[in-house]
Amino acid sequence: MEYSKEFLQSLYVTMVRIRTFEKKAEELFLQGKLPGFIHLYIGEEAIAAGAMVNLRRDDYITSTHRGHGHMIAKGADIKKMMAELYGKETGYCKGKGGSMHIADLSIGVLGANGEVAGGLPIAAGAGMAIKLQKKDNVVVSFFGDGASNRGAFHEALNWCSIYKLPVIFLNENNQFASTERVQETTSVANIADRAIGYNIPGVSIDGNDVIAVYETVKAAVERARSGGGPTLIEAKTYRIKGHFVGDPTLYRQEQEVEEHWANEPIGRFEKRLKELGMLGEEEKKNIWELAKKEVEEAVKFAEESPYPAPEEALTDLFVDDTGYDY
Amino acid sequence: MREITFSEALGEAMFEEMSRDPTIFTYGEDIAKQGGIFGAYKSLLGKFPDRVIDTPISEEVIFGSALGAALAGMRPVAEFHFADFLFTGMTAIANQIMKFRYMTGGQAKLHLVLRGPDGISKSAAAQHSESIETIFMHIPGIKVIVPSTPYDMKGLFKTALRSDDPVICFEHKMLYGLKGPVPEEEYYIPFGQADIKKEGKDVTVVATSRMVHESLKAAKNLSKEGIDVEVIDLRTLVPWDREKVLESVKKTHRLVVAHETWKRGGWSAEVASVVQEEVFDYLDAPILRVGAYNVHIPFSPPLQDFVVPDSKSVEDAVRKVVGGAV
Repeated sequence: MEYSKEFLQSLYVTMVRIRTFEKKAEELFLQGKLPGFIHLYIGEEAIAAGAMVNLRRDDYITSTHRGHGHMIAKGADIKKMMAELYGKETGYCKGKGGSMHIADLSIGVLGANGEVAGGLPIAAGAGMAIKLQKKDNVVVSFFGDGASNRGAFHEALNWCSIYKLPVIFLNENNQFASTERVQETTSVANIADRAIGYNIPGVSIDGNDVIAVYETVKAAVERARSGGGPTLIEAKTYRIKGHFVGDPTLYRQEQEVEEHWANEPIGRFEKRLKELGMLGEEEKKNIWELAKKEVEEAVKFAEESPYPAPEEALTDLFVDDTGYDY
Repeated sequence: MREITFSEALGEAMFEEMSRDPTIFTYGEDIAKQGGIFGAYKSLLGKFPDRVIDTPISEEVIFGSALGAALAGMRPVAEFHFADFLFTGMTAIANQIMKFRYMTGGQAKLHLVLRGPDGISKSAAAQHSESIETIFMHIPGIKVIVPSTPYDMKGLFKTALRSDDPVICFEHKMLYGLKGPVPEEEYYIPFGQADIKKEGKDVTVVATSRMVHESLKAAKNLSKEGIDVEVIDLRTLVPWDREKVLESVKKTHRLVVAHETWKRGGWSAEVASVVQEEVFDYLDAPILRVGAYNVHIPFSPPLQDFVVPDSKSVEDAVRKVVGGAV
């Protein structure tokens, strides 16, 4: 299929913005500037970028513990994301959630999630709401290979199938559930094969090919919007970084990572764009520099923002802020 | 005043609020065609066919989807079938629903209700008889209502259906058929307001649900011995009405707290602890607690009767705290 330069470059820009954010987050974490722990999306950018361009602002997603890329691709404010990673008052969750609990309901992000497969039942509920409201929105539920072994995955696929809900289950098979290889923990070679059990379409694709992701998700979104029900998409990728920053990665050799790095999605797409004559050196430089500038500004914003007052820990449980002392 | 049953009161609350608010819908196992396994929804049969939905036995999605549907603008009422089976989907409640608003810095109003039967019935044995309301009082993030009469059921449930915080409602199986006065005109009962079911001057008995009726029976018997018992029905556990309990204890100087759930770690310990912290000097006797023995609910009728407290257990406790002083 023929695509415009503008469209293809927009996919590239999204991937570069995610990569730049994640590289900076890694650097800040290793400098001891970020509390807690973070899970990086490096090497998986094509999935968020290719999927999200099919969605409207009022469509929903549920994200994962590895969710920065989803947020950025859905249109989140990078400043508020970075401030949340710092635990600052100006962050998305006012410092109460951190990396794993960022949400932005104004752009349909129903939360990252610290629980593997935690987002799938939530996506099913949003799907029910859309159907009852007779709207044409869709939900994309991101989840990892490990999540496909949880009961919530199986319950949610069956549920969305029987009610024909507009939910796209987008599996990011990055080959590892924490430290465990997918082949050792999963009964099928292709997670998409599990769709058969729920009588819905299932398709495995190269998750490092942003165009393949775009086209596959596009078809699933069109199907969901027109009342055709859910689809399971398995986007095969590779987790370049450890499970979390600081992971000693005792379960694999560095050589394996190097081999996969040759297939990372940004470099691959860059090559393709150059072949098509759609990305000049100057353009490329500008895109990376703009992304860098944007992230630097977000870091500045986060660092200059105050920490929340300690007593703020007592707010936001219930709508009237009561409940902390009874 | 006219009299209706506890389950009719629930049905009326649902019917009135669903007629008013098109975003309310309800779903769970055996409800749309059967009216609920204990007939709780019998009076909803045939009404709102699109908004009363039978679901698969998929508790993690039943509960988790309530969160997703609420985030997408609906007011779900999810039924849990038996309180024991809350555990099968507990992560969706304890890790998602109860934490979502807090960990996202107050981004969402979680107007959702979980409801269903709890407590003993006629030899339902260990996996269909539990009272586990204390767990939901212990973990922050959900309002807990425990009605004991048709009047309270309707008034509290109508408030639940207008709440912008998550609510869980425990309906004792043995109360569904109970008849009681319920006015024709509309009313709401705010959360956190205990009800003095019987005034008395010698001993305060705090109870909820079925144990309110057992306590009233005990009070009647004890009056023959010249002991004047005040029975306070908390009606809601989160929040619970400290003021009314403390005022009563200041008057009677003696307290018994009674619930059907296990004594060890049951919510009676919380009430007893707060009372001794706040009004220790008013107490003329140790606070006594009435609860089930710390075993599971056995099958055989004499075994069940032995494990679970009744009016006799309350009577014994009251006599003990009075100690011949009245």
